[in-house]
Amino acid sequence: MTPEWRDALVQLAYLAASVLFIFSLKWMNSPASARRGVWAGVWAMVLGVGGTLLNPAVAVSSLPWIALAVMVGGIIGVPLSKVPLTAVPQRTALSHAFGGLAAGLVGTAKYYLWIHEGGHNLTTFRMFAISAEVILGFLTFTGSLMAAGKLQEILPGRPITYRGQLIVNFLTLGGAIACAVGLIINPQWTFLFPVLIILSLAFGVMLIIPIGGADMPTVIALLNSYAGLSAVAMGFVLDNTLLIIAGALDGSSGLILSIVMCKAMNRSFSNVLFGAFGSVQEETGGAAGQTVKSATPAEAAEIMEQADTVVIVPGYGMAVAQAQHRVRELYDQLTKRGINVKFAIHPVAGRMPGHMNVLLAEADIPYDDLIEMDEINPEMPQVDVVLVLGANDVVNPAAKNNPKSPIHGMPIIEADRAKTVLAVKRSMKPGFAGIDNELYTMDKTLMVFGDAKAVVGDMAKTFAGDSGIH
Amino acid sequence: MMTPILAAAEPAGLNAYIPLIFVFILATFIGLDVIRNVSRLLHTPLMSLTNAISAIVIVGAILVAGPQIGDEHPLWISILGLVAIAAASVNIVSGFLITNRMLKMFKSRKPEDKA
Repeated sequence: MTPEWRDALVQLAYLAASVLFIFSLKWMNSPASARRGVWAGVWAMVLGVGGTLLNPAVAVSSLPWIALAVMVGGIIGVPLSKVPLTAVPQRTALSHAFGGLAAGLVGTAKYYLWIHEGGHNLTTFRMFAISAEVILGFLTFTGSLMAAGKLQEILPGRPITYRGQLIVNFLTLGGAIACAVGLIINPQWTFLFPVLIILSLAFGVMLIIPIGGADMPTVIALLNSYAGLSAVAMGFVLDNTLLIIAGALDGSSGLILSIVMCKAMNRSFSNVLFGAFGSVQEETGGAAGQTVKSATPAEAAEIMEQADTVVIVPGYGMAVAQAQHRVRELYDQLTKRGINVKFAIHPVAGRMPGHMNVLLAEADIPYDDLIEMDEINPEMPQVDVVLVLGANDVVNPAAKNNPKSPIHGMPIIEADRAKTVLAVKRSMKPGFAGIDNELYTMDKTLMVFGDAKAVVGDMAKTFAGDSGIH
Repeated sequence: MMTPILAAAEPAGLNAYIPLIFVFILATFIGLDVIRNVSRLLHTPLMSLTNAISAIVIVGAILVAGPQIGDEHPLWISILGLVAIAAASVNIVSGFLITNRMLKMFKSRKPEDKA
């Protein structure tokens, strides 16, 4: 094969891979075609890697080592794909860390390789791209590790703040950018490169520690975007269009998801990143003098039995209690009685975008009954019973009614407009944001105290008991 | 100074990068449009899928790890490349597998249940 043909073949493989990556994401527009999307992605990856191995720069003697590295990755990757679905947010964060590490290492290797060759290949543009790749790659690496640690609860989930934190953070990022500028002016100032790496690694840690667990959906989406952008920067370093296209697709995906998350919390990017939201207040107990009515699971089940429509609002509490399979039992008992059951999904419920949908799908609840916030809200006044399950801030009417509330303006699932509200909660402690929820003290609200899994299990058992199954 | 065989003899100026910038901008527009149409139900699998897709950095890692080791290409550069290959492979394998696993769970209501 002539070199010209080989080149053309590599580029055609990359072109096909780019097209397949686009289709891969396009087919995610519906659950019916989504699995085809995974296959398109797999084939795109095969073509991308295969095309690269055809590159004459890749020596035959390196192939066994490359194969070994792929196998090592695969051996770590397989168990990571088998985690329970409640652990998917931390798996995703960990995965971003691996992606960031790979990008950072390649940028580092390329820089030292070109310096080794004398540095004439380190043009201004390439040095700019390498700096971007290394900053984004390494900050994604440590930032994602921190996020994963918080989600896995190895690290405290509450924001860690100290005086002057913002200034320290900006100085660190500013230092990294200053190193990058120095290297762009003169790539031979090699002493700047390790400093650039260290500051980028440090900034990743410092960026994430002041961010609380409830903001993780936005943070994970943002880190997803950074991982994509570091791939784009790598594409510019290596003159590789496939890297640029795949990275751009990823970057835009992360960007859109972060915007969706921010809108769902009525907050700006900068507020999420620098707001240290969770430290607002920490009170115990409900508002003073307010009485709360409570019910047993059996009483709650009776109320639901009288209803025509029941809407379940799941939140992170359902995931923590692993209650989704009990929810499915309850769903079955209710639908068997001709009661119309729907799930109202708030975009930020859980710890990552779409978290609740996956958990409920795992419990075999048909996705036709998972309804988005904007669609369910207009129907709320006609709903007989809303069952709030481990959700708190996303149903807090203060977001609409109380301009002084820290969550004012956040779109909520309007559970307060339903005829009856049943709220399952461990205790009257406020939710993550530390804000009292007036929904619990409303006249039409009954609290069912206890662990979500146990309570929902008891409700389902009540139904199973009186339907005469022995 | 030795001219490396593989790299372009004369490093390109900014003009040579304009087509790549076009590619980047157009790909971003496609990306924004395609992602906007992704079902909200599938945002978690979408993230694990883009995890796997971003592991395309394996291409860069192979190019760094691949060349014959020698005076022009020190061993430790290849080692950095190999570590990057392993890290990217973790994402390829776990990303596609877990996406597929999650998507298998999404089932529509069977027609007979609708009644």
